[in-house]
Amino acid sequence: MSTAVALEPVIGIEIHVQLATRTKMFCRCSLSFGDPPNTHTCPVCLAHPGVLPVVNAEAIRLGIVAALALGCEIAPRSVFHRKNYFYPDLPKAYQITQFDEPLGVGGHFSVLQPDGELDVGITRVHLEEDAAKLLHLSSGGRRAGAEQSVVDFNRGGTPLAEIVTEPDLRSASDAAEFLRQLQQTMRQLGVSDCNMEEGSMRADANVSVRPVGSTELGTKTELKNMNSFRFLERGVEAEIARQVALVEAGERIAQETLHFDPSTGELHSLRSKEEAHDYRYLPEPDLVPVVPAREWVEEIRSTLGELPVDRRRRWMADFGISFEDAEVLSETVELGAYFEDVASRVDPKSAANWIRGELRSQLKDSGTPPWESRATPERLAELIQLVGDGQIGSSAGQEVLAEVVASGRPPAQIVDEKGLRQIQDSDALGAIVYELLAANPKEAEQLKAGKHKLIGFFVGQVMKETKGSADPKKVQELIRERTS
Amino acid sequence: MESRTAEESIAAILAGETSSAELVEDAIRRSEDDPWGAFLARDGERARARAKEIDAAAERPPLAGVPIAIKDVLSTRDLETTAGSQILKGFRPVYTATCVERLEQAGAVVVGKTNMDEFAMGSSTENSSYQLTKNPWDLGTVPGGSSGGSAATVAARQVPWSLGSDTGGSIRQPAALCGVVGMKPTYGAVSRYGLIAFASSLDQVGPFARTVRDSALLLSHIVGQDPRDSTSLDWWKPIEMPTAERLDGVKIGVIQEMLDNGIEPGVKAATEAAIATAEGLGAEITEVSLPSSRHGIAAYYLIAPAEASTNLSRFDGMRYGARAEAEDLLEHFERTRGEGFGPEVKRRIMLGTFALASGYYDAYYARAQKVRTLIVRDFVAAFENVDLLLSPTSPTTAFKIGERVDDPYAMYTSDVCTIPMSLAGLPAISIPCGLADGLPVGLQLSGPAFSENDLFSAAHALEQAIAFDATPAGVA
Ligand SMILES: [Zn+2]
Repeated sequence: MSTAVALEPVIGIEIHVQLATRTKMFCRCSLSFGDPPNTHTCPVCLAHPGVLPVVNAEAIRLGIVAALALGCEIAPRSVFHRKNYFYPDLPKAYQITQFDEPLGVGGHFSVLQPDGELDVGITRVHLEEDAAKLLHLSSGGRRAGAEQSVVDFNRGGTPLAEIVTEPDLRSASDAAEFLRQLQQTMRQLGVSDCNMEEGSMRADANVSVRPVGSTELGTKTELKNMNSFRFLERGVEAEIARQVALVEAGERIAQETLHFDPSTGELHSLRSKEEAHDYRYLPEPDLVPVVPAREWVEEIRSTLGELPVDRRRRWMADFGISFEDAEVLSETVELGAYFEDVASRVDPKSAANWIRGELRSQLKDSGTPPWESRATPERLAELIQLVGDGQIGSSAGQEVLAEVVASGRPPAQIVDEKGLRQIQDSDALGAIVYELLAANPKEAEQLKAGKHKLIGFFVGQVMKETKGSADPKKVQELIRERTS
Repeated sequence: MESRTAEESIAAILAGETSSAELVEDAIRRSEDDPWGAFLARDGERARARAKEIDAAAERPPLAGVPIAIKDVLSTRDLETTAGSQILKGFRPVYTATCVERLEQAGAVVVGKTNMDEFAMGSSTENSSYQLTKNPWDLGTVPGGSSGGSAATVAARQVPWSLGSDTGGSIRQPAALCGVVGMKPTYGAVSRYGLIAFASSLDQVGPFARTVRDSALLLSHIVGQDPRDSTSLDWWKPIEMPTAERLDGVKIGVIQEMLDNGIEPGVKAATEAAIATAEGLGAEITEVSLPSSRHGIAAYYLIAPAEASTNLSRFDGMRYGARAEAEDLLEHFERTRGEGFGPEVKRRIMLGTFALASGYYDAYYARAQKVRTLIVRDFVAAFENVDLLLSPTSPTTAFKIGERVDDPYAMYTSDVCTIPMSLAGLPAISIPCGLADGLPVGLQLSGPAFSENDLFSAAHALEQAIAFDATPAGVA
C-alpha cells in the first residue's frame, strides 16, 4: 500500500426510462415489445428521404411529470438537438435529443433509508428517442466475429426520458436503492413501466474514487447498461474495488466506458476517451422549441398526487410502521391505497402485519392482488378488530380470513356460525378457573409459591375445558389474580 | 397545339374547348421531346389515367387537370425520386410529399420530375449526376439552379407550371435566367414534408410559372399548415389572385448593396428600367441599405452545409438507394457515400462537418447564426420605411455551361441577391424584366413575412406594365 488515506467512492447515475406513450417520439408508429421485427415502422422512423419528425405531446407530458416528481424546474423553453454519429441502429445517422437546453433542471430525489434519508441531486431530465435494436447473428453470440448483423427498427424512435443525477451517491447499495425508489416513483406516476429486463429502464453509472474529505472529483469511468438492480450493485462494487486497487498501487485511472459481465463479474473496456465521438450537436431545425404553457405545467403538477416517498414518510411518522413495512406496502399505488383504507379503520401496525403476512400468503396461490380480492379493506379491518379485541384468537382469525377471502362475508357472521368467539366473560371464566384450582391443589400451591411456569398448565386446562374458545390472555389474568 | 398558361388552360377546359386528357397528352409529348434535358423521370401512364379520371368526374377539381412538372427533390410515390443523385438512383418512394399531394387533390396532373443540382446544391444544374439542363434561351448556357429543370421546362413551354425548391435562391435565380416567374414563399408557408432536405431551416417549396397570376394560383393550393411539418405555419389569409395594374402609394425600397457591385451592366440597365416603370405606376421609390447582407453568402455557406451535413447522413445505402459492396461497416459507409455523392455534395458535407465540429462550432456555425440575426434586423428596419424591396434577382444573366464549375466561389456568388431573403425567411418573387444581350433578366421583389398577396399584386402590376413577351427561339 502506497497510501494510507481512506478512499471514498463517488457515484452518479444516468437513467433512461422508456415513456409509457402509445406511439413513438416523432412518428405515429405504435410501441411494442416482442413483436416480430420491423412491424412497427414508417417512413419517418426509417428515415426515408424528405420525412420530418413531429413531437409526441404525450411524451412531453410524461417528461414533465417525471421532471416535476424529481423536483426539477421545467424550462420555459427547451430545445431538441441532433446528435450525429453513423451506426446502423440510427437510421437518420443522428439521434434527436435534448442537449444544452433540457426539459427539466435542478431537482433532487429523497431516498428513504431505515436510518434516515439520502438526498440525491438531479442534474437534469431530458427527452430523446431510442435507437433501433441491432442483433448480431453468430454462433458465438458476441459482436466480434458476428457473421451477420440485422436491425429491428421497432424500438427505433421510442420515447425516452434521461435522468441524470449529481455525483451524490457513496456506495453501490445506495445506488441500487436509489434506482429502486426511482423506479417505484416513475411506475406509480405512469411515466414508465421501468422494466429493467425488457430494457424500459436502463442505468449507467459514473464511478470515481477520492480521498475521504476531498471535495475534488477523481477521474470517472462509465459503466454501461446494467439491466438489473443486482447487476448494478455488483458492477459498481467491482468498479470501486478496481479503482481503489489501482489508486493504492499508485496507478492512474483511465477515463473509459466499461461493461460489467455479470456471469464472470469482470469489467470490460468498451471505448476510451481518445476514441470519443464528436457528435457535432446541432439544434434540430425540423422542430420548434418546446414551450410548455405555465398553466399546463401547473395542471400536470396538480395531477401528481402524493409521491411514493412522501407517502412512505407519512406512514412511518403517522402510522408508526417500519421502514420495511412502508417499503413493501407502497410497492404499487393500489396496494398503498388498500393499506391506507385498512389502516384508517384499525390499528395501522396490525393492518400492515395482516396485509404483509396472512393475507398475502392466503392470496398467493390464486395470485389475486389484495385490492381485487373479496377481503375488502372493510372486511379485513373488521377481522383485525375482532382479533385485536380478543373476540377471536389469532388462529381462529386465520380461519375466518380464509372464509372471507373465499366468500367475502362479514367476519363477525363467520365467527358466530363457526362458534369461534372466545369467552370473555370474567364471571364464567372465573368460575372455571376457581374449579380447576380447587381440583389441582398441589399445583395451585406451587404456583402460589412462585413456580410461574405452572400458569401454562392451568391455561391449557381452561382451554381444554372451554374447547379452545376462551381468550388465553384473559384466562392468564384471572389465574394470576387468584393465585397471588 | 398552342401553349396556354395554366389559367388559360383551366378556362379552356371549363369552356369545353379542350380537356385534361388533351393537355396532358400534349405535355407528355413535349416532355418527351426534350432537347433541354429538363426531365429526369416521366409518368405518362399515370398522368393519362389521372387526366381521364378528372375529365370523367362529375365535378371538376379547381385545377381542372392541368399538367405540372415537379422538381425531383420532392417525394412522389412509386415515381423515381433521386434529388439528382446517384445515391438515390432507382429509388421509388413509398409516399408523396404534402405539397404534391395537395396539388393532385386540387386537380393538377404530374407528368414528370425535373432535373436539378444534386441535393439542390448548385446554381446551374450542372451538379446533377444525371444530365445537363440547357437554358432554352441559349443552349450553350445554364438554366440556373438548383431548380434548373423546373425553370427550363416552363421556359420551354413543355408544361405551364412546375414546382421547385429554394434554399438560397434555387427558384428565383433559375427563374431569372430562364425568363419565367419564380416565387419563394415565407419560410413555413408550404409544408416541407416530402421535400428531400438540403438545409432544413432555409428550404421552401415554391412555384414556377409564366405569369404572376399562375404563380399565385399554384401557391394558393400548396400553402397551409401540415401536421407532418412542425415548422409549417397556419396560413390564415388565403392567397388571392392579383389584379393590380398600378402601384399608387406602394413604397418600394431599392437595395443599394445589390445594385452596386458585381452587377452586369445589362442586368443593371434592365433593373433601372423596371424601377422607372414602377415609379411610372405610382410607386414611391427610395434607396434602402441592408448593411449586413454583404455577409449573407458567408453565413449561408456555413449554415446550409452544416444542416446538409447531417441531413445527408441518412443516405447510407442500408434501407434504400444505392449501396456499395463492402467487407465491413466502415467500408460500407465509405464506399456507398463515396460513390453515391458527387463532388459538390461532398464539398458541402465536409464544410458543414467542420462548421459543427466541437471547438469550431462557436467560431463558425454559432457566429453564422448571429449574422443571420443581424440580417433579419436589417430587413425589419427596412420594412419600417418601405412596403417592398426591389433588386436584381441574379447579378448576371445565364452564364456559359462549364464557365463556373471549377470556381465554386464564382458559382456561390450567383445567389448574392437571393440569399439574404432566404436567411431571413422572407417571401420573394422573380419576374422577367427584359433582355440583356438576348438573355432574360430577373427582377426580384421581396416583402415582410406573410406579404405574399402584396408581392403578387406589385409583381402583377409590374409584369403588366413591362409586358415581357419574348420567347426563346425554337419554343412554341
Ligand atoms: Zn414510425
